[in-house]
Amino acid sequence: MADDRLIIAGREFKSRLWVGTGKYKDFVETRKAIEVSGADVVTVAVRRVNITDRSKENLLDYIDPKKYTILPNTAGCYSVEDAVRYARLARAAGVSDLVKLEVLGDERTLFPDTAGLIEAAKILIKEGFVVLPYTNDDPIVAKKLVDIGCPAVMPLAAPIGSGLGIRNPYNLKIIMETVKVPIIVDAGVGTASDAALAMEYGADAVLMNTAIAGAQDPIAMAEAMKYAVQAGRLAYKAGRIPRKLYATASSPIEGML
Amino acid sequence: MPDTIHIRVNGEAKDWRRGATVAELLQDLEIKTDRVAVELNLEILDRASFAQRPLEDGDRVEILSFIGGGGEKGAR
Repeated sequence: MADDRLIIAGREFKSRLWVGTGKYKDFVETRKAIEVSGADVVTVAVRRVNITDRSKENLLDYIDPKKYTILPNTAGCYSVEDAVRYARLARAAGVSDLVKLEVLGDERTLFPDTAGLIEAAKILIKEGFVVLPYTNDDPIVAKKLVDIGCPAVMPLAAPIGSGLGIRNPYNLKIIMETVKVPIIVDAGVGTASDAALAMEYGADAVLMNTAIAGAQDPIAMAEAMKYAVQAGRLAYKAGRIPRKLYATASSPIEGML
Repeated sequence: MPDTIHIRVNGEAKDWRRGATVAELLQDLEIKTDRVAVELNLEILDRASFAQRPLEDGDRVEILSFIGGGGEKGAR
């Protein structure tokens, strides 16, 4: 699979598993889980620096921005204004023009506010951002996001942190068929089979955080996810057999007594 | 004019010396400038301008950086 690279807006990625950096016990565990997962894209959030306790270490002392693509998100933003502000701050803090754009609609479900998402994406694209939008599993919204210039779309599998797995495989399949940019299934994955399934459906990558960080053994789960994404990708490319109602014998009848 | 100005840094009230620049504020707070974004009265500053911007009485400074996050941590 060495030549099976994922390319988004001219950037090449080795890994089709992308991971978040939240919810880990400490930075050492964060670093270890990411290393084991094989991911080369990691998401981060933008927050106030703790000015009273400067002993607090910086995440980027543990995750080398030269080794990983740092993808800042606008997590926690519930309005177009906030999301745009955080995206601009992320760019000013200095890694790149990449942003995982989130405009959330509701605190209980953390579902995207897709109208706000499209509006914020338009503003940021005009300012030269490479906008990777966290969106609903809605094919029409996905198409609109691509039409306004998003070089990939990131539909959810299920609500963030829910671990419910892919709730609407048919919508995801429609998005994969109708949208001609990479699809990164983001949020809601619970375990390895969920990630494998997303890749088997034809997703170009899977992004997750809680499924790894929240597992009883995050390091082991990071490894499981690495193989799940690779296996799912291989199975997708190999082309599965059609489902049939009745049996087809694998052993020949010829030569039987 | 008094030598002290009143500013807010990340929401905290602080007395600071008049004429200090943003770069000096960061230095005094022991914050490395390479991975932070600074917003001064809602305007995001270019890193190159930190040393040129003197702080004024009533300024609101926000200093932000990257922390661990996926999609689930709320900003509020």
